[in-house]
Amino acid sequence: MAAYFSSLNPIALWNAAPGGIAQGLIWGIMALGVYTTFRVLNFADMTVDGSFSLGGAVAVMLMLNGFNPSIVLFASLGAGLLAGLITGILHTKLGIPDILAGILTQISLYSINLNIMGKANQAVPINSVRVFFTSNIRYLGQTLALTLVVDVIIVSIIYWFLGTELGSSIRATGINPDMSRAQGIDTNKMKILALMLGNGLVALSGGILSEYQGFADVKMGQGSIVIGLAAVIIGEVLAEALVGKRLNFVMRLSFTIIGAIIYYMVYVFVLWLKFPADDMKLLTAIVVAAFLAVPYLKEKRVNSFSGLQKRNARLQAESLNNDKEAE
Amino acid sequence: MLEIRNICKTFNAGTINEKVALSNVSITLNDGDFCTVIGGNGAGKSTIMNAVAGVWPIDSGMILVDGTDVSGLSEYQRAPFFGRVFQDPRTGTAGDMQIDENLALAARRGQRRTLRWGVTRKEQEKYKEYLKTLDLGLEDRLTAKVGLLSGGQRQALTLIMATMKKPKVLLLDEHTAALDPKTASKVLAATDRIVEENRLTTLMVTHNMRDAIQHGNRLIMMNEGKVALDISGEAKKKLTVEDLLHKFEEVTGGSFANDRMLLS
Repeated sequence: MAAYFSSLNPIALWNAAPGGIAQGLIWGIMALGVYTTFRVLNFADMTVDGSFSLGGAVAVMLMLNGFNPSIVLFASLGAGLLAGLITGILHTKLGIPDILAGILTQISLYSINLNIMGKANQAVPINSVRVFFTSNIRYLGQTLALTLVVDVIIVSIIYWFLGTELGSSIRATGINPDMSRAQGIDTNKMKILALMLGNGLVALSGGILSEYQGFADVKMGQGSIVIGLAAVIIGEVLAEALVGKRLNFVMRLSFTIIGAIIYYMVYVFVLWLKFPADDMKLLTAIVVAAFLAVPYLKEKRVNSFSGLQKRNARLQAESLNNDKEAE
Repeated sequence: MLEIRNICKTFNAGTINEKVALSNVSITLNDGDFCTVIGGNGAGKSTIMNAVAGVWPIDSGMILVDGTDVSGLSEYQRAPFFGRVFQDPRTGTAGDMQIDENLALAARRGQRRTLRWGVTRKEQEKYKEYLKTLDLGLEDRLTAKVGLLSGGQRQALTLIMATMKKPKVLLLDEHTAALDPKTASKVLAATDRIVEENRLTTLMVTHNMRDAIQHGNRLIMMNEGKVALDISGEAKKKLTVEDLLHKFEEVTGGSFANDRMLLS
């Protein structure tokens, strides 16, 4: 035990922290995409695992073909929009249930991504391109500043868009599709739009991450839906605790990014504790399950049959005791 | 003017659950008509509402609004013609959006949704005026989430949403059935006032015979997917609940036993 603790180096944790924050800021964009589909549209979109890798694959392959590393990110965004469009069409035009429509696109993207890259992973041509989002320790400050700016811009755009007539219609579709149609809103179109927006953000995030880590991998998106959900949920729980009733929409979006940062800080911390990296997905799933279960269990504690039974049994026992004492 | 011409609808055709919901129904509402629709469970009164609103396509027949056939339009496409209030207060509004946001969605019924801001300052002032007419204090809670309102308040709000952009036809589908009697009569009073002020052509489904008699200038009774009775003008004014019960027993062959209608 003592040997284990003495092997932990606090300075290493300190050095790893900025990288964790940078990754959190990058994954935060992905989490905003998940927020758009999961929370705004009320659609558990499984496409994201595929569209995240898609964003990375498109970015790296275009860089290999000599395109500017900032332009390729727009291509990642565009590819993600297309992926969302496919899921949207499968769901609205072909009547495939939401989760299945996402899974179908996700699984087909696996093959598509392999075709785009030609093999399972491709490295960013470091010698010919200078990427803006780099994990190089010398430029990490610049990367942090840049990702922060990108996050602020994206939060502003989402805030503005969901406040417009079109965005309001998307929100209404997510909350109450019957009412939306009665008010003349084309709910199918709104679903497709929201799925496109969500997956566009996810793919953009994938593109930026591939620049940051220096490669794209066909499996880089695996389980990303869970990480996105983790960020959304951690952000919500934290926001409820810190801001409570004064929570507005900008804060909700910002806390989603903060959720992603916290997730990656925990990730860095757990790795620092020498947790095997292979177990991280298991850990993530447990965290998400726990956060999803907490509100349910809280409600159950106040409002349950077994609780009532126990309380009543106690009352009966007490009155029995009182009777005995009276005798 | 609303013209329902020979419409038919069978659910689950060809299966053992086959149910003829509407068979050759024809109803014509003139401009300004306020028609109440009553009938037992499964008589087809809500089905006729859904057919007109376009929740699903009808099997055959035509639905004309001011001479335009809308039966080939999907639900959202024909929404500009109709204002709708539903039985469940939660159906007509978006609970997780603010009062003004809900009104703004309704104000844009039939318009293209653009990238302009969803609710403007000027609109908010207009909405306050609308809400004042309800006398429920909603004008001071413009930015409150609709989910925080009571059932009656939500129905009143839905009524405003259905009528602020004057619809060709107002469709009320048992819109007071889920409310307590006192709230129900308030919402009905608001309905009468709004219909009168805007001279709206209205179709109101209800299971309450007294309401069906007291409101509107025309009454239709449905039975087994057909119009069994159509009373208007002076005859409707003289109608009593006993008359109606008697007529109902006549058309249903004496076996009328709908608790919900008898009790109310």
